[in-house]
Amino acid sequence: MRATTPREDLVRGIWEENPVLVQMLGLCPVLAVSNTVANSLAMGVASFFVLFCSSVIISSLRNLIPHQVRISTFILIIATFVTVADFSLEAVVPEIHRALGPYVPLIVCNCMILGRQEAFASRRPVGRSALDAVGTGTGFLIAILLMGTVRELLGSGSVLGVELFGPNFEPWIIMILPPGGFLTIGVILLVIAWWGERRTAGTQPSPWPEGVGPEAMPTTVGPGTGSDGSERTHQSEGGDRWVT
Amino acid sequence: MGDLMWILVSAMLVNNFVFFYFLGLCPFMGVSQRMATALRMGMATLFVMLITAVSAWFLNAFILPWAPYLRLISFIVVIASVVQIVEMVIKKVSPTLFRDLGIFLPLITTNCAILGLAIFQTLRDYAFVQSIFFAVGAGLGFTLALVLMASIRMELDLAEVPSVVKGTALVFLVAGVLSLAFMGFAGMLA
Repeated sequence: MRATTPREDLVRGIWEENPVLVQMLGLCPVLAVSNTVANSLAMGVASFFVLFCSSVIISSLRNLIPHQVRISTFILIIATFVTVADFSLEAVVPEIHRALGPYVPLIVCNCMILGRQEAFASRRPVGRSALDAVGTGTGFLIAILLMGTVRELLGSGSVLGVELFGPNFEPWIIMILPPGGFLTIGVILLVIAWWGERRTAGTQPSPWPEGVGPEAMPTTVGPGTGSDGSERTHQSEGGDRWVT
Repeated sequence: MGDLMWILVSAMLVNNFVFFYFLGLCPFMGVSQRMATALRMGMATLFVMLITAVSAWFLNAFILPWAPYLRLISFIVVIASVVQIVEMVIKKVSPTLFRDLGIFLPLITTNCAILGLAIFQTLRDYAFVQSIFFAVGAGLGFTLALVLMASIRMELDLAEVPSVVKGTALVFLVAGVLSLAFMGFAGMLA
């Protein structure tokens, strides 16, 4: 495992290794509750809270947790914080809690959280794990807010309940229904892939035949070589796919 | 009986776990590449769901009224251990069945569709028989979703699509269309 700087730990999860948009973890809540911005915000904050608290606890207990039962231990710790989040949401914002329904307890199954514990918090000091949790949690928050904004904007013509379009706007009801979730994430992933491909194509002009020209030189830093290669190994460290 | 059938059909088609509740998306994306695997995964999930329904009903009836704050933790612990025990029993009793379902069982245990089933069952106050029908419906619905997706993805392998679209984005878009189709079943509610 490559050593990382604290700044990297913090920033990495926000975009480059965004848990939802890049690693495809924790998709269920992102698709299910993102029909309004308010719900997305509540779910994002709750997941952030659970991720942060369990990362701190697990990383401070990392030398005490026996290796064989670590996953069960992680899940129990996560479940404890989810119960806290569930009861707190019910007390503070009962309407949103009702709208989120079963998806608050289901944060336990969010593979993003368990994934970070296994890949990071159980091996690193507390401070680093806290930074990593803040970064990953922010990345999750950004992704779910992006989904929520797009879906509420198109599906109800408003953001956070504030009408943005005039009275003549015909809302796309489909966007706030379940199919809208699939379609929105599909389109977002499509845009990201298209953007990535465009950037790759932009830095790789190849008017020369293979083996000739600047690309054949070892110093060339382009996608697929050099910097990108190290990025990939680094990604596989946190990118364990969890089946939930 | 009509009520029970309605619970089954509604969990299977109208409120399909994958297309309506977005539960179990990871196996839906991960195991839907080949038909045979998808079918076996679906059957294994159905099986675990039945176990879950029974365990959750027991917990709800006998233990949780006295300790509601333990709901989530006890669900997870009990479901995981019961599945583990059943897995050992199957391994001993029927190695063939174990070979077909066994490798999926540990993967399914922490699946959100499983915990979701237990939570829905609690929220809706299902009695024992109702829980069983709900579990069967949900399991069949999940299998149906997996099999549909697998058959579409096998066709997609042969289709010519732009390289940008290939992969997860395309699967999500297809899932969106399938979800749209399943919404048609909502008409059965009337």
